Amino acid sequence: MARPSVEQVWEWLDAVPDPEIPVISLVDLGIIRDVAWDDDTLVVTVTPTYSGCPATSIINLDIDTALRGHGIEKLTLKRQISPAWTTDWLSEKGREKLKGFGIAPPIDGTAADGVLAGRVSRLAHGTNLTIECPRCGSTNTERLSQFGSTPCKASYRCKDCLEPFDYFKCI
Amino acid sequence: MAEVDQKALFEFLLRMGDNTLVLGHRVSEWCGHSPILEEDIALANTALDLIGQTQLWLGLAGEVEGKGRSADDLAFLRDVWDFRNVLLTELPNGDFGRTLLRQFLFDAWASIMLGRLQKSSDPRIAAIAEKASKEVAYHVERSADTVVGLGDGTQESHDRMQAALEYLWPYVGEMFQSDDVDAAMVAAGIAPDPAGLRAEYDALIGAVLDEATLTLPKGDFAHKGGRTGYMHTEHLGHMLCHMQWLQRAYPGCDW
Repeated sequence: MARPSVEQVWEWLDAVPDPEIPVISLVDLGIIRDVAWDDDTLVVTVTPTYSGCPATSIINLDIDTALRGHGIEKLTLKRQISPAWTTDWLSEKGREKLKGFGIAPPIDGTAADGVLAGRVSRLAHGTNLTIECPRCGSTNTERLSQFGSTPCKASYRCKDCLEPFDYFKCI
Repeated sequence: MAEVDQKALFEFLLRMGDNTLVLGHRVSEWCGHSPILEEDIALANTALDLIGQTQLWLGLAGEVEGKGRSADDLAFLRDVWDFRNVLLTELPNGDFGRTLLRQFLFDAWASIMLGRLQKSSDPRIAAIAEKASKEVAYHVERSADTVVGLGDGTQESHDRMQAALEYLWPYVGEMFQSDDVDAAMVAAGIAPDPAGLRAEYDALIGAVLDEATLTLPKGDFAHKGGRTGYMHTEHLGHMLCHMQWLQRAYPGCDW
């Protein structure tokens, strides 16, 4: 078969859902770092979200299955850990879909930096990120836990509609 | 990159990977037993990150060793005397407060160490450090928060945290001891001298413990022998009995 274009492959990958949050694609998630042909072998470079994310091996399997389904015979999946994955790479389309799915999208630039001074003053003043409830839009929300149902999420609660929700935390 | 003794590099990588492996397993022991659901999930998340980092460190260790051992082989098929984690990580969990204090004492070290390792002359190590440090930033914020919450909490929680600090403090010094392996890493620009991290560490934990109204114990006696493999505590063997049981009973079992 003729070698499909790199653009075509990106399009195919954009139809592969994230196994944990199936409303967004692997491309939306920002974990596909490169698609290239090396002679007659297609090389797809993937970066893990969190180093221990159990979805990583499923993701590789899903990519493999999808591309072979499109007739790709020689395929190499390359793991790349640097530059490290960041939620800044989530696509606009993906952020909208997350919200529609009930997960508040990340607020860029708010990743934990482990800086002590910031932490102590945050404790002292009790300040917190303002996260909008994906259901009712209220900003009267509170954090229940920085660590949620998967490594990439934090648990929040809306104090107006009283529903708990996930926040896709910035990293 | 300067020439580096591959045996020393292997030892260094085991130290990094065994720290996260052993602590990750210890933390995972809380799964299903934490005081409330949110804490349970947070601890499981932390354990998962640590195990993920272990795969990166021990994966690279196996590559450097060049004998075809995978991260799994190193984790499940070595016995106590071949582990190179600091003793702090293998101590039993104790109560929830002691677990979180141990986590904080380790996270504080890890956050500083990983910051330095991002400038390692070995790009493979710099890449792992870059990845891990983002996760550890969340760990250290959480463990520090909890230490403050419990230390500056009720009389009961304060007393338990102070007792935990008295128990754990003699295990902190080992993280800053140096030997020939460290000297080889420093010479090759791969990793910093552990002793050089102490001032920054003391400043970091000092501010948090102060906020937590906890008092640092006097004296700098340090138990040692974990990172060199000279002598582990009796606790590691018991932990490995659980952690390695499946591969010991059914060698090569896979699913």
